Amino acid sequence: MKNTIDISVSINGKEFEDSVIPRMTLLDFLRDKARLTGTHTGCEHGVCGACSVIFDGDPVRSCSLLAVQANGKSVMTVEGLTNADGTPGIIQEAFQDAHAMQCGYCTSGMLVSAHALLERNDRPSLEDIKEAIGGNICRCTGYVQIIEAIQLAATRLREVSG
Amino acid sequence: MKEQSGNNLKFVSRKRRVREDKRFVKGTAVFAQDVNLPNMKHCAIVQSPYPRAKILSIDASQALGMEGVRYVLTGDEFRANANDMKFGLNTPEVKWYPLAVDITRYAGEWVAVVVADDQYTAEDAAELVEVEYESLEPIIDPEKAYDEKEVLVHPAHGSNVLYEGHFCWGTVDEDFAAAEETLSYRVRWGRSSTVPIETFGVVARWNEAVDLLDVWASIQMPNYVELLAATLRIPLNCVRLHQDVDVGGSYGVKRGIKHSVIVGYLSRLLRAPVRMIEDRLINMSSGDAHGPDRIFDTQVAFNRDGKILSLKIRALDDAGAYPSRAPFQLAKPISAIVGPYKINSVQYDAISVVTNKTGQVPVRGFGQSPTNYMIEAAVDKVARHLNLGRIEVRQRNFINHDEFPYQIPSGSKYDSGDYHTVLQKALDAANYDELINRRDAARAAGRLAGVGIGTCLEPGGGNNIFEYLMNPSAEITTFSEGAEIRVDPDGLVTGVVGTTTSGQGHETLMATIIGEELGIDPDTIRVVHADSLNAPVTRSPVASRMAIMLGSSTAAAAQKIIAKVMRIAAYNLQEVEDDLEYVDGSVFVRRDPVRKLTWRDICFIAHKAYHKMPNGMEPGLQAQHVFQVPGGGQLPDEQQRVQIYPCFSFQAHIPYVEIDPGTGHVKILDYTIGHDCGTMINPDIVRGMVIGGLVHGIGAALYEKFAYRPDGQFESATFADYLMPSVYEVPMVKDVDHCTPSPLTSHGQKGSGEGGYLGAPAAIASAVNDALYPRGVSIYELPMRSHLIEDLLNGGKTNP
Repeated sequence: MKNTIDISVSINGKEFEDSVIPRMTLLDFLRDKARLTGTHTGCEHGVCGACSVIFDGDPVRSCSLLAVQANGKSVMTVEGLTNADGTPGIIQEAFQDAHAMQCGYCTSGMLVSAHALLERNDRPSLEDIKEAIGGNICRCTGYVQIIEAIQLAATRLREVSG
Repeated sequence: MKEQSGNNLKFVSRKRRVREDKRFVKGTAVFAQDVNLPNMKHCAIVQSPYPRAKILSIDASQALGMEGVRYVLTGDEFRANANDMKFGLNTPEVKWYPLAVDITRYAGEWVAVVVADDQYTAEDAAELVEVEYESLEPIIDPEKAYDEKEVLVHPAHGSNVLYEGHFCWGTVDEDFAAAEETLSYRVRWGRSSTVPIETFGVVARWNEAVDLLDVWASIQMPNYVELLAATLRIPLNCVRLHQDVDVGGSYGVKRGIKHSVIVGYLSRLLRAPVRMIEDRLINMSSGDAHGPDRIFDTQVAFNRDGKILSLKIRALDDAGAYPSRAPFQLAKPISAIVGPYKINSVQYDAISVVTNKTGQVPVRGFGQSPTNYMIEAAVDKVARHLNLGRIEVRQRNFINHDEFPYQIPSGSKYDSGDYHTVLQKALDAANYDELINRRDAARAAGRLAGVGIGTCLEPGGGNNIFEYLMNPSAEITTFSEGAEIRVDPDGLVTGVVGTTTSGQGHETLMATIIGEELGIDPDTIRVVHADSLNAPVTRSPVASRMAIMLGSSTAAAAQKIIAKVMRIAAYNLQEVEDDLEYVDGSVFVRRDPVRKLTWRDICFIAHKAYHKMPNGMEPGLQAQHVFQVPGGGQLPDEQQRVQIYPCFSFQAHIPYVEIDPGTGHVKILDYTIGHDCGTMINPDIVRGMVIGGLVHGIGAALYEKFAYRPDGQFESATFADYLMPSVYEVPMVKDVDHCTPSPLTSHGQKGSGEGGYLGAPAAIASAVNDALYPRGVSIYELPMRSHLIEDLLNGGKTNP
């Protein structure tokens, strides 16, 4: 398994080039090669959503993709949700205000799913929110404060965009 | 009715951001898997495919021949160089090693560990380790295990019974003889757990130059460092646990001592950092993280007015092959064995057996959730039997608000409570009458609908005396917690917490209480998690104890700071302390407030101007306090009565469910919870804990089960098999709080980490049985999975 493949991936707007073994998952690539450890390893079989990232505009599970599949594509991770100056973005602020987490482990995936929802839908209903985070398991909160955080973020995003 | 005591408080009980959240939303928190040391090696596990087998040979030559493979460790080598892992019971012949020695005792047990330069190589190599087994007949059923004389999980122990204790508190026989009615029933709590999304992970590095084992782990466990040192045969002060690693959820189960002694051993042997991160299959099958698996056979004695007089309880718990501290989960319930009810006497037979399953560990509530389910089932059954309302029977048996402190038969003195009011608040918030109308309308339309009632007590802040109850050679009577506050020369404050955090918000807790006591904005206060060699005394954040214990030790340490500040001020202002007043850090002369010393003045003097200090005063401005468990420090009396926990929170749960008559699927359509944990230090944290615990309870009640086939093979190794509630399974819970302060803690706070999980399974079972009632069937087995209910509806099987 010594053969490697050169790939180039746009991660949070920056080009990242490396040689990877063909079987390396996108999750391991982001964490171990790009050193972006905000994306978390949960079940490694595509159920829990802790490893969610935006892949060419769509939320995906990075544990279930290979790094080589990301060659030439763009990926956004939780680190990409902050403002340019490093301060938390609007959804990240709303998650803090609603205390939409406890241990913080599923939070990255939740934020990514919430971002994907709010990019497409600035007035999500309760059902829309449930659908968006239906594939993200949280064991701490019972989801209620997460839903409230997404509702709060939606309101704030609408205010910002006028 | 007492009002929220936080009204005159500045920071406690106020809505304030949880400081930990910022690093989580930014993705910059450091979890165990994020610890990346130079030259770090990686581990993969070779597991036994058999539930019980002799190990005839292990051949690692092929694996060792792979490029990048550094070592293969087996149980024989570990046993020759380290001790077995102790777990508290007096069962010296039950030896627990991290890797199987001679015999494997459950499907998935670890047989060897492969160490390699990267994880991918380690896992490839693990497949090349050849192990020859001779398969043996396993013992899987706990009731059979109890009676079994031939098939023994630990033959040297002589039986499969790890622990059998008989307790009798009060006049049980007399109360049963005098009762107008009795009922007997069986309930079964299925093998489930809290299953954090982060698996267990640990990194160890042996530092030869200073003889120090550095450990980074996703750990939430008392005695972890002690166990590591004892098992590896190194002095306790040669282990340093880095407790600033965030733990990605635990709820009791993050106790990877097995993993930790392996990487500790290997890092010393290989002179390199060694990391072990469970994958999900390892975590589920063999990560030592299964929860209670319990059968209750209960008799209840009561009168026709609904008054419950006495209980006879037999609890048989399946601890699995290596039970860690799990058997003690039969003992915590002693502290609230009658729930919130005035029950005159109790007989309690507690039995823990070993089987060929993965070992059980402590899970949220430490055995209280199954027990509460059993108690609440008694109340519902009494109500049904007498054709009385389930609420009415509870109200009739509740301890009254004016009867606290109230001592129950097993010796616990409940500190405070107002159960009638909390239940009423929950009923009001649930619009209970409308809920009943909704149920009846659904039934009239041909649907299966039910309303549930469940209450629970949440004992918090325990003193570990349950260990003595089950093993009198363990004379442990306290479980204290320390806090340290340091004020620097600039007047800035740092709080030091002595343990890890797994989402409970200890930094916010500590900063809030320091801020409240000192009158300083909590946002300016730093809180750090010290490593274990620098830490104040700690017993780890278990047992719903940190608000009680860390909160109270923090407040006491802050008061020591204030006392010193006052002495310094009195000396410099040349006044007696009684004539001075401390306000938000500054000290004023009461009759002449212009004369004062500011916080900055005092901090400067304390650190640098010794000539302005009272004679002989210790320089600097820092304080430590170790809080003793209120009511602790005592061994049980001759009747085995004992105070295990100081504080008792209360909850009332009211779910509304409908059941699909075709599939048996239960849908929770409405859920209201009333909770009283005394003063809430941070209401958002409490709310999250309450609702999150409740959703763990939904999982235990309806979905989650570590299932074993009769032949001992494990069936729930993935999230496709072990089903957990997603957002679709959870209603928008309505929560209403109440505050009955505890007289035993700094601000009247009690525990809140477990109550949701303690109350929900009982309440959901109550709702499901209410829905099934018109069909003449009932279910007293958790999880109440669809197929069980479907069978009941189709076959009309009754479980009386």
